[in-house]
Amino acid sequence: MLGKLTIDALPFYSGIALTGALVSALGALGVVALITWLGRWRYLWTEWLTSLDHKKIGVMYVTLALIMLVRGFIDALMMRTQQAVALDSHGFLPPDHFDQIFTSHATIMVFFVAMPFLVGLFNVVVPQQIGARDMAFPFMNSVSLWLTASGAALVMVSLVIGKFSTAGWNAYPPYSEAQFSPGVGVDYWIWAILISSVGSMLTGLNFLVTIVKRRAPGMRLMIMPQFTWTALCTSILIVFAFPALIVAAALLGLDRYLGMHFFTNSGGGKLANYIDLFWIWGHPEVYILILPAFGVYSEVVATFSGRRLFGYDSLVYSTVAIAVLSLCVCLHHFFTMGGGTDVNAFFGRMAPLIAVPTGVTIFDWLLTMYRGRVQFSVPMLFTVGFIVTFIIGGMTGVLLTLAPGGRPMHDTTFLVAHFHNMMIPGALFGYLAGYQYWFPKAFGFRLEGKWGRRAFWAWIVGFYLAFVPLYILGFMGMPQRLESYDVAGWQPFLIVAEFGALFILCGVTFLAVQLAVSIRDRAALADSTGDPWNGRTLEWATASPPAAYNFAAVPHVHGIDAWWDMKQAGTAGRAPVRFYDIIMPDDSSAGVALGAMSFVFAFAMVWQIWWLAAIGGLGVFAAVLTRTFRDHAEHRIPASQVEAIENRRLTTTALASGTPT
Amino acid sequence: MTDAVITTGDGEQIKAEQANRAIDERAYGFWIYLMSNAIVFALLLATFVVMSHNIADGPDGHTLFRLPHTFAKTILLLASSTTFGFASVAIATGLRRRTLAWLSVTFLLGLGFVAMEIWEFYDMAVAGAGPWRSGFLSAFFTLVGTHGAQVSVALIWIVLLGCEVALRGLNPFVASRLRRLGLFWHFLDIVWIGIFSIVYLPEII
Repeated sequence: MLGKLTIDALPFYSGIALTGALVSALGALGVVALITWLGRWRYLWTEWLTSLDHKKIGVMYVTLALIMLVRGFIDALMMRTQQAVALDSHGFLPPDHFDQIFTSHATIMVFFVAMPFLVGLFNVVVPQQIGARDMAFPFMNSVSLWLTASGAALVMVSLVIGKFSTAGWNAYPPYSEAQFSPGVGVDYWIWAILISSVGSMLTGLNFLVTIVKRRAPGMRLMIMPQFTWTALCTSILIVFAFPALIVAAALLGLDRYLGMHFFTNSGGGKLANYIDLFWIWGHPEVYILILPAFGVYSEVVATFSGRRLFGYDSLVYSTVAIAVLSLCVCLHHFFTMGGGTDVNAFFGRMAPLIAVPTGVTIFDWLLTMYRGRVQFSVPMLFTVGFIVTFIIGGMTGVLLTLAPGGRPMHDTTFLVAHFHNMMIPGALFGYLAGYQYWFPKAFGFRLEGKWGRRAFWAWIVGFYLAFVPLYILGFMGMPQRLESYDVAGWQPFLIVAEFGALFILCGVTFLAVQLAVSIRDRAALADSTGDPWNGRTLEWATASPPAAYNFAAVPHVHGIDAWWDMKQAGTAGRAPVRFYDIIMPDDSSAGVALGAMSFVFAFAMVWQIWWLAAIGGLGVFAAVLTRTFRDHAEHRIPASQVEAIENRRLTTTALASGTPT
Repeated sequence: MTDAVITTGDGEQIKAEQANRAIDERAYGFWIYLMSNAIVFALLLATFVVMSHNIADGPDGHTLFRLPHTFAKTILLLASSTTFGFASVAIATGLRRRTLAWLSVTFLLGLGFVAMEIWEFYDMAVAGAGPWRSGFLSAFFTLVGTHGAQVSVALIWIVLLGCEVALRGLNPFVASRLRRLGLFWHFLDIVWIGIFSIVYLPEII
């Protein structure tokens, strides 16, 4: 009746796992109770969960990312603490539990923090930046969100019911096969990956079509804002790389569920094929995560230097070159697998080539700042912190791509330090800069600066303290993922790294404090102009927060920095001559239903409850059907109402700037 | 087409422009989906190729594949692509009954293909050559099965759109859905030609 699900699935095997389960379960119950007590369910359902408005979907994505960031960070803190104390002992975590933690930490950070964070920023910003009113496929956008959320929910549920995978975030066979990992952990991993990957693919497709088809008149590709360019390249990479991950995870699932022999030791399996498939996705994924951050840096540097981006064209070409090259270097992740000298030589040559376009982008940002009036606002601090730190990451990356250098460093903490150097200052700082930069656009008030600066310093100091010791330990030969060790010389470095993790804990806390303080002081931090930073691109032409339709009259674009040009020409913020009706899509609960049903399906598949899986599958099918045949799920906002909304905005803007209307 | 074009018209005109744009964007999006689906098949084909000799002392393709059966399957699918072509002509000229007739023929041919595939799989499984027998057979069943599963999805889709044509007639949205279904159908046909020439043909010859 309940498949493999029994009472033993509850985490009574370890006090720490039980605590984790209780905290998550009580946290979820607490949120539900709070919303009920405030009586906000209807508001939440009608205004947010069922919304097809790309800005609200974006905000929900970022919210998901921030919640999962806390979970992923707690995992990291536990690992650092374990390694700081586990000299000649087993520390405080049993080996099986430690393995679950490093698996869930990486899975969560890649799939449920970084991905939703960047997609959330795309959602809030890209349609506005290209002067569009909506995404090409608003309903598909909601489906993507809820598929991602249900994947995240699956990982969270594994904390309470059953155990998560212990096979690492890349689930290499043969260890991840049923023979060696008979529990449900790897199945949780497979289904979370499959569901969220489908969500990501739909997102990539949606942004690709939106950017190609919905740009404002006059916006040629070569004057498109940089963030939109990175969104376009990222979308292309998502559409073409994610199939490989889906195939890899699905074949692993077939091995586990149907006893097939794709990657098994016996029966004619071919282990290396999994690693090939996985990294065909895995390397582009690094750039899927990092290109959007590059886009944010470009926007932030131009705005806070008060200058047009230096070398716009070279930035575009570099972005495209990085996207193309990222598809040709995947093999540098497994030089030690034995692909042969020629293969290693080819990929060993290709990989450092990426440093060239990356170097170009760095110089473009530096030269934009040069002779600019640089304001060190919080987004700018994150950007400058990134530039300095990322260069170290780039150097160590080049070191690793050289096959002779990669070999001794393989699977050591040097590698851990290198990719955290890419992912924290490279990607996450960019997302945080974007979060600080576009927050007023989404909510109508700025984030408070003092706590933002404290958060930045805590993050960057914490980063160096946590990862420079790991670089050194890598040279000393410490393997990654060690639950305990017997080399006394390693411990001092691991204790320093623990302090780094504590600094980052402060960074996370300060971000939370910043948000709380900003909400409290929202009147003082309010932005009535829609353009709090004296911005350059079109998203600053709309109100903060924007009306549902973004633009009452769609702007005509003549060059890069369209909004800056309008401000210079004095045509910014002028009401259009005439207002027209605007047609916008209706909200839909089918997206939430689809996400919920896919969760039911995946959960049932993990525990092999076949009847429940059938219900979930049919539910997904039904949710798709309810929407597929509705061609006119839209409503009309009459011109008079548009005019009223716009006039109200003009009045408040004028009041704020003190000029008579 | 951008929002600006749509803003300048009035009333019904805006609505028509918006409908045209929606159809145009869906067609474009569907092509992109097909490209990513093509990558799925490319990876499965590559996986099959690297595993085609991993028979683990089990049967190989030479003893398992039967030319007449595979040939009949292939002819069914190719014929169904032709009949879908006739359906597309009927859609373009707005002939509802003829559209339905050709869709029905296409459906029957596709159903025949899927039935023959199930028959083939069943025969192999009872002869001790199921997907769990060897890496070669895992790759074979997964590649051919993924194609067959997508043909089955397309069959359900034909039924649903057939019902819609019968109930709503051939309005522009329905016609555009049929065109995308046609793309999908022909795409699966092309994939089958790849499977036929890479999986079956070398073993049979």
